[in-house]
Amino acid sequence: MRRIRSLLIPGVDTKLLVRDATRLMPDLTRRRFIAGGASLGALTMLTGCDVVDSDAAEDVLKHVSKFNDAVQAAIFNPNTLAPTYPESAVTRPFPFNAYYSLDEAPDIDGDDYRFEVSGLVENKKAWTLAELYALPQVKQVTRHICVEGWSAIGSWTGTPLHHFLKLIGADTSAKYCWFRCAEGYTSPIDMPTALHPQTQMTFRFADEILPRAYGYPMKIRIPTKLGFKNPKYVVAMEITNDYMGGYWEDQGYNSFSGS
Amino acid sequence: MSATTSATTPDLAEPDRADRQDRASGAPRRMIHPLWVRLQHWINAVAMIVMIMSGWRIYNASPLFGFSFPNAITMGGWLGGALLWHFAAMWVLAINGLIYLILGILTGRFRRKLLPISASGVIGDARAALTGRLAHDDLSKYNQVQKLLYTGVILAGIIVVLSGASIWKPVQFQWLTAVFGGYDIARYVHFAAMAAIVGFLVVHVLLAVLVPKSLRAMIVGK
Repeated sequence: MRRIRSLLIPGVDTKLLVRDATRLMPDLTRRRFIAGGASLGALTMLTGCDVVDSDAAEDVLKHVSKFNDAVQAAIFNPNTLAPTYPESAVTRPFPFNAYYSLDEAPDIDGDDYRFEVSGLVENKKAWTLAELYALPQVKQVTRHICVEGWSAIGSWTGTPLHHFLKLIGADTSAKYCWFRCAEGYTSPIDMPTALHPQTQMTFRFADEILPRAYGYPMKIRIPTKLGFKNPKYVVAMEITNDYMGGYWEDQGYNSFSGS
Repeated sequence: MSATTSATTPDLAEPDRADRQDRASGAPRRMIHPLWVRLQHWINAVAMIVMIMSGWRIYNASPLFGFSFPNAITMGGWLGGALLWHFAAMWVLAINGLIYLILGILTGRFRRKLLPISASGVIGDARAALTGRLAHDDLSKYNQVQKLLYTGVILAGIIVVLSGASIWKPVQFQWLTAVFGGYDIARYVHFAAMAAIVGFLVVHVLLAVLVPKSLRAMIVGK
């Protein structure tokens, strides 16, 4: 799931949670969000130059992050499954985590919902929730690992994405499945990960219809990636060879972010 | 850092032999740290500082204990920036460290400098150091406390890199994550190894400043 920590605990002031959340956000008024604000007296003394407060540093970091995407793609084994756990290991309550409070999370009417498919696919028809629910579903109990460091075990049930991609005639030689969400959140997923057996279009959490907090009506569950690469409230998917960026990826989070 | 002595000294030669040659030829100083050690030391110093300071910022995003590190002593400006620094400097730290381990073993430097270590020796030297009776006149010979600390920090370095890899890739390297007791415990191992390294750093930097010529030896070699 995504970024800013705010646990779904009854009685917790959501305003305070959001204030906590904004502390973790990059300062968007600052042009150099990556290098800015660092105190680097020691490093500056050692190297004799101010390596941090420069565009060059940010440029190098971005290049290394791209290099790390390639390294992670090479490390990624399509046959390696994320460890699974017994149902009793599920974390309760499972954390709600977003850059907004639960009150502000998308509140989607299932009857009006359509999942749009575009790009390099044969069948671009939009899917209703009833049609999606009719697809074969499997359950997984896996560990969700947040970019912030914490982890939680959840139980997710839904349709393997590779099954759906085959169904709609997607060009699986394309580079990305790019997801768009109801609140405008976006994230690109590399095709090998999209085809991984545990990558799932999730409709249920702990055997219940996916609650609003966890992405109703549909989340993409990817146990081989960090939480922010597991989009919630997903309304559209595009199969593409273009790198179209994503909400956090554009701000500097590593794009592959594989586990 | 300086490499001014590199042309005249056999960098990979065993210091003991260089030592004898120097004395035979009447050279005033002998080589304590060959060039490769000095280069790797300072590369490691920069990489370690970047890893520690960016790591503190990453820690702050989801603290393991009831405290956070003051942002002023962290690096990256925010979580995303800290992660970029951390995942860039990790290559420098890991590759430099691997080369250091290989050279340390192949040249016999580890065996010669760090072994043997005995419990009684460590206790004796620690007692001597604390009562101000431990001689530091020969910088090429490590006392028992130094041997223990240098060996310990090398081990902490290995653990910090391996536990870091295990929380970076808990699916692809899940066997490694299991070695550290699973993802959540591996985070504590990673933190503990960092804490050990920082603890070493405090003592190390203090003594490097206090003991005459020790800092010089790590810069010019003798």
